[in-house]
Amino acid sequence: MKVGVLALQGAYVSHVQAFVSLGVEALEVRTPEDLAKIDRLVIPGGESTTISMLLDWNGMRAPIQESISAGMPIFGTCAGMIVLAKEVLDGRDDQKPLEAIDITVRRNAFGRQVDSFESEIDVLGLDEPFPSVFIRAPIVETIGEGVKVFARVDEKIVLCGTDSILVASFHPELSNDGRIHEMFLSMEPLGSQG
Amino acid sequence: MAEENIDDSKTTGTVKVKRGLAEMLKGGVIMDVVTPDQAKIAEDAGAVAVMALERVPADIRADGGIARMSDPEMIEGIQEVVTIPVMAKARIGHFAEAQVLEALGVDYVDESEVLTPADEKHHIDKWAFEVPFVCGATNLGEALRRISEGACMIRSKGEAGTGNVVQAVRHLRTILGDIRKLGQADSAELFDWAKELQAPLPLVQEVASVGKLPVPMFCAGGIATPADAALVMQLGAEAVFVGSGIFKSEDPEPRAKAIVEATTNFTRPEIVAKVSRGLGGPMTGIGMDEIQIRLEDRGW
Repeated sequence: MKVGVLALQGAYVSHVQAFVSLGVEALEVRTPEDLAKIDRLVIPGGESTTISMLLDWNGMRAPIQESISAGMPIFGTCAGMIVLAKEVLDGRDDQKPLEAIDITVRRNAFGRQVDSFESEIDVLGLDEPFPSVFIRAPIVETIGEGVKVFARVDEKIVLCGTDSILVASFHPELSNDGRIHEMFLSMEPLGSQG
Repeated sequence: MAEENIDDSKTTGTVKVKRGLAEMLKGGVIMDVVTPDQAKIAEDAGAVAVMALERVPADIRADGGIARMSDPEMIEGIQEVVTIPVMAKARIGHFAEAQVLEALGVDYVDESEVLTPADEKHHIDKWAFEVPFVCGATNLGEALRRISEGACMIRSKGEAGTGNVVQAVRHLRTILGDIRKLGQADSAELFDWAKELQAPLPLVQEVASVGKLPVPMFCAGGIATPADAALVMQLGAEAVFVGSGIFKSEDPEPRAKAIVEATTNFTRPEIVAKVSRGLGGPMTGIGMDEIQIRLEDRGW
């Protein structure tokens, strides 16, 4: 299995390292050619406005949308979650998300950087709490049909997903704990389920 | 799922949270802006953050006098119009200015040599703050001293306000070259390295073992073109600060966007070539032998 990490901007190196430490091959994805080499994709944390623009400037929007339609498993963290959402609140008016998962996301929902925090959170399916890092983090305000909630903070949804898409408000790649990455690796591509 | 009183279990201002924001800015461009309008232009061009200040370094250099923290009203005006992080500068050692910036809710404080130093011996004790700090460095020892004081991001200083990339290259090569040399040193030699660098031994040992700084390392000071950005990224910078280089150029908007694209695609010269076309004149710039004040010498 080859995992790609979208490397337009943001914390892509930390994600690559997280997969490598799990013994999984991971590469940086900047072009449609890179995308063709991988089985699943991570959209990392970073600045969602910047990543959103670079998707267009680097000609990556349509190829990624095609991969999503084809059932490729996708994992979005923080800005990646915003980029994958159906709707974005408190974003820029021209911020175009990929509309890959039926969720409404609010940006910077906990406040400014001084309000950024660490917390041990309970995650559905994990025996022990997960040490999570929230940085100017977004939250999921509403979810559509078929979206399952895996974790909340202050009753707000911070980890959820469908069969092939996983999105997190926080940064499992900064935690030295591979369990959320393993959750993503266990997702099956949609096509393989018939 | 357990819904305990979760507010008690949230910890703010941790090293992970402070260094984490710097992680999120990697591969991006942080732009100096002096008005809300410029901040909008920067955000529209794909900046990952803006640095709010009263005058860009080229003007500080030209005007002379004392350069201080910006007017809070101006910083708030910029915070209102952009959704990306807003940084602001405090004078070296001026912890009260830093306290004001923290109270304003800026996302990062730059304890910066571009402003006139307030203390000729001491930098700010940055551990005392919840807001993260970035500091400049010209060499590895300076970088490690700033990290030991609590800096969560290092930027190589370059020479701000010159449009001349030569010092940025010198400082990057000095810092990264010494990190490579540390990796070759044996354990006994590291004691001498710590002495030579005037840096704490545990940090020297950490850098020697992991082969990089414990915080993100960005580049600043003199970047004026997309190729400048590609150059410093290839040398090992993890993101780029552009000060005077954008708003002192002939046509700031396309230049800002081009520098963003070159920073993302720094390993692809064909893209850097494409975005470098027809940008109008860059800032004129000045040679190192023409300048009277070397901002890079500020910091101890």
